[in-house]
Amino acid sequence: MNKQMARYIQENMTEIISNWQEMMKNEKGERSFEVMPAELMDQTSREFAELMTSNLLESHQAYESRLNDFAEKVVRYGWSITFVTKAINHFGEIVFAGMERDGVINSDNLRAFAEEFNKWITPIRDSTIDTYSKTWERTVSLQKIALQELSASLIPVFDKVSVMPLVGTIDTERARLIMENLLEGVVKHRAEVILLDITGVPVVDTMVAHHIIQAADAVRLVGAKCMLVGIRPEIAQTIVTLGINLNEFTTTSTLQRGVEQALAWTNRKIVEVDEV
Amino acid sequence: MSNQSSVEIQTEWDIVAARQLGRNVAKELGFGTVDQARITTAISELARNIYLYAGQGRIEIQRLTENGINGILIIAADNGPGIPDIRKVMEDGFSTSGGLGAGLPGVKRLMDDFKIETTLGEGTDIRATKWLR
Repeated sequence: MNKQMARYIQENMTEIISNWQEMMKNEKGERSFEVMPAELMDQTSREFAELMTSNLLESHQAYESRLNDFAEKVVRYGWSITFVTKAINHFGEIVFAGMERDGVINSDNLRAFAEEFNKWITPIRDSTIDTYSKTWERTVSLQKIALQELSASLIPVFDKVSVMPLVGTIDTERARLIMENLLEGVVKHRAEVILLDITGVPVVDTMVAHHIIQAADAVRLVGAKCMLVGIRPEIAQTIVTLGINLNEFTTTSTLQRGVEQALAWTNRKIVEVDEV
Repeated sequence: MSNQSSVEIQTEWDIVAARQLGRNVAKELGFGTVDQARITTAISELARNIYLYAGQGRIEIQRLTENGINGILIIAADNGPGIPDIRKVMEDGFSTSGGLGAGLPGVKRLMDDFKIETTLGEGTDIRATKWLR
């Protein structure tokens, strides 16, 4: 029965593909096909059709690798998962309707064929979704790593003075990283003054403040001073309203002022010199 | 007249989503940057409370119009353990989790109206409003 279906599909490939393309174009809210050049569309459609039939003919392994290739391609084209599941369903529908019309499927073997179709379509759908979710998981975990890399680095700007710019939301995981990098950096760079720059932190709530205070305390324990810089006016107001006590901190509005202050603490300053 | 949308709080990142939603609505309503910061901070506190103490819940953002004044209403609802002593959590510096203990009293100060309803073992419902002046 599988062979029968495969043969039918191969014999009527062109017709099936054009029907299928027509059906997919009529899908509302899907622009994937509209924006695709005709040549590429034909090629992808053919690939899709081959994939659908390979499930019927080839060994499981050959099919798996083909499916992976295809799913990766589809992800790159930006096809949505709803679009792909629709594509699979429509393909099945067209083949079924065509075989019924041509008399391959008749009232005697209808039930058997329906079952066979189910066995054919369901694994394709399942493994497509599976490949999709795996691709997503990989992307997410890669992005997580990328985010961690730019999370919190301590940058030595002068002898004894280092800056840690914080950008983005601070969650528990990042707070832990910040603390670790801070302490490690203080020791490594022999920093005496650390400037924590929160210009890029969108919201400072009690948890963020709590983490900052803890980090500053820890820095004090390893013998350095912590300064909080880059406090925007609206953040200053919310901190006061929340009743967060930052009295033990030296705070400045900009990094520039913070650097001046840090240099003053380490008995230095920047002077302009006459041209030599 | 109200127009609402909501975010389910289950992970720490949902807090960011709730905050983003609140900030967008506040911006659309015409709140200034200081009030936007107040509103997002309040949402952040409420969402974090849900995440920390109830495990999961919902933050709902509604637009309000009353007597010709526009406003934003934040509803934080969960089916968590409830709060045993409301008077205590509304005190500054009280915390069961080692935090700063400025969360709920802070939210009350950040917003114009603040209502809290809690039943032990059933959950907590907090409503906070900010009016556009």
